[in-house]
Amino acid sequence: MSASVELQDVCADFGSFRAVDNVSLSIEAGEFFSFLGPSGCGKTTILRMVSGFISPTAGTISIGGKDMRNQRPNQRPTALIFQNLALFPLMPIWENIAFGLEARGVDKKTRRKRAEELLALVDLPNAADKTVAQLSGGQKQRVAIARALAVEPSVMLLDEPLSALDLKLRQHMRAELRAIQKRTNVTFIYITHDQGEALAMSDRVAVMSHGKLQQVAPPREIYNQPATGFVAAFVGESNIFSGTLASRSGDRGEFQTESGVFKGRLGPDIGDGAKLYVRPEHVKLDAAAINGNTIPVEVTDIAFEGNFISIQTIDATGRTVVSETRNDGTASVPDRGTKLFASFDADKAFILADEAKNQPVAAA
Amino acid sequence: MNDLVHRYGTALTLLMCLAVAFWLVILVIVPNLYLFENSFRPYLPVQDMGGPKDVYTLKNYLTFFNSPIHITVFISTVLYSSIVTVICFVLAYPLAYYLSKKVSVKSLPAIFLLLTVPLWVSEIMRSFAWFIILSLRGPLNYLLINIEVIDKPIRWMTGFRSVIIGLVYTYVLFMLFPIYNAIQSLDTAQIEAADDLGAPWWRIHWRVILPHAKPGIASGSVMVFMLSAGSILVPTLLASTNSRWFTEIIQQWMFESLDWNTGAAYAFLLLILCTVFVTLVMRIFRVKLSDIAK
Repeated sequence: MSASVELQDVCADFGSFRAVDNVSLSIEAGEFFSFLGPSGCGKTTILRMVSGFISPTAGTISIGGKDMRNQRPNQRPTALIFQNLALFPLMPIWENIAFGLEARGVDKKTRRKRAEELLALVDLPNAADKTVAQLSGGQKQRVAIARALAVEPSVMLLDEPLSALDLKLRQHMRAELRAIQKRTNVTFIYITHDQGEALAMSDRVAVMSHGKLQQVAPPREIYNQPATGFVAAFVGESNIFSGTLASRSGDRGEFQTESGVFKGRLGPDIGDGAKLYVRPEHVKLDAAAINGNTIPVEVTDIAFEGNFISIQTIDATGRTVVSETRNDGTASVPDRGTKLFASFDADKAFILADEAKNQPVAAA
Repeated sequence: MNDLVHRYGTALTLLMCLAVAFWLVILVIVPNLYLFENSFRPYLPVQDMGGPKDVYTLKNYLTFFNSPIHITVFISTVLYSSIVTVICFVLAYPLAYYLSKKVSVKSLPAIFLLLTVPLWVSEIMRSFAWFIILSLRGPLNYLLINIEVIDKPIRWMTGFRSVIIGLVYTYVLFMLFPIYNAIQSLDTAQIEAADDLGAPWWRIHWRVILPHAKPGIASGSVMVFMLSAGSILVPTLLASTNSRWFTEIIQQWMFESLDWNTGAAYAFLLLILCTVFVTLVMRIFRVKLSDIAK
């Protein structure tokens, strides 16, 4: 049922603009794989190349070990869910879902039966004879998924399908999509700019920027061990310190900044442009100084976010350092103007190059 | 209305409204009502007008139904107008699809200019041009013989051939533009979705593009059909003795017999019967009037 997808040195040029730059990665059969990146990073171009609407300028794409060169979209074992869903408004729901079967010459009775089975699968019984306009956003979503599943694709391609839904529904559909993927065991390739979606649903995430892969790893590794500065800054929040690498030993280094010298973990391929990244939840505020990685700061602002509290401080050089604490209901919050010491663990500080220079090594 | 007064002032608003009213009432409604009223009165010598013989009658309308030749001409007019409409559709649909979904936006203005340039020349000149092109020793036969498609000249201007050619040429753009607009409004993602789901090109057209373009096709067809059935220049210039158009009969009644009453009756018959025909065809293709007005 499901198939692996292999991208080998894939490039896509639009005129002189390189939308996808030398991307190589392999997606395993049955995997839920996400491409995460800001708009214009090339993720949609990759999806359209896999589905066959555009051809790579260079490189090869293979699905299930078969080279997809010169295979039209209607010849590929893929089904694409469009950003705007692209349901056919003039057909009833069941004909929408059965359209792919109709194209394969399946008789009407079987088509109707299959459409109803799929409607049950996506939890939309009794919708068969409705029109597209009669459905809500979330229901249309399900119809689009059912329509794509009807052709029994080996690979499902999803182009930010949840972006038009409101927050609650989006969170619900995340779980739903994940469940459908597990049930059908089809390879899902999911495109999003929403890190929450990518981290919550995926087996692995590829973070992209300017057409290049930044990191390919499981969600936790993306968040906990960002490979590049771009990943550290784009996925979650980071305190960023500019400076220079003073010394290195093994995978540790000392980083010289205006606010002092900090110890941290070294990322791959560090050049001259490296910076130090620390997540706000790893910055602790204490009354007394702790040895190493400590900055004297003054509290400037406190933002209560519900499940966590974000405390903004500045150090002597005027740099903002943000610290986040979980709100357990009893956490004490310092007053504005309080002088404290911000500190972080060397294990949780990363010295990283801005962007990937070479292809990251894809973690299995 | 208040908005208009507010924006243009009372005098200008009044002027605009009066101008529109003049055009609509004096130039359109009154002449038509006059003809409509006349169509129910007999054609009489001047001295009998207003006399005892001048009564309302259906005689003028019955003249048509009692004249098999005129009925035949009417039927062939409807038939050949339908053929013209179908040919226009067959020509315009692929072109409209190509223009709205395949051509780059940059080259559209140039293409539309090329398409509309012929409209700058009056209809009568264009019909004369076809008269020359289609003549027995004209350029078309010369070309066809020289590229060895035919070995002896074709007599184009016999039967309805030349009328069909002339009408298609004159009215094809009235089919093209509504279909172009309709297909233009179709989300390209729907075509891609159908393609992605494995549909071959003809099924994409049959199930996705054509249904979406139906209102455009309908309004284009109504326009081409009505314009063709009501055309007088093209049939007059390009028809032969064995192919007469219904409008020519109306013209004969009015200008040769000077019987405006019967001519008016025939004109309204053309309008009414064509409207009935169009309504029937719309019923068959399940098109609503509101679809066309869109």
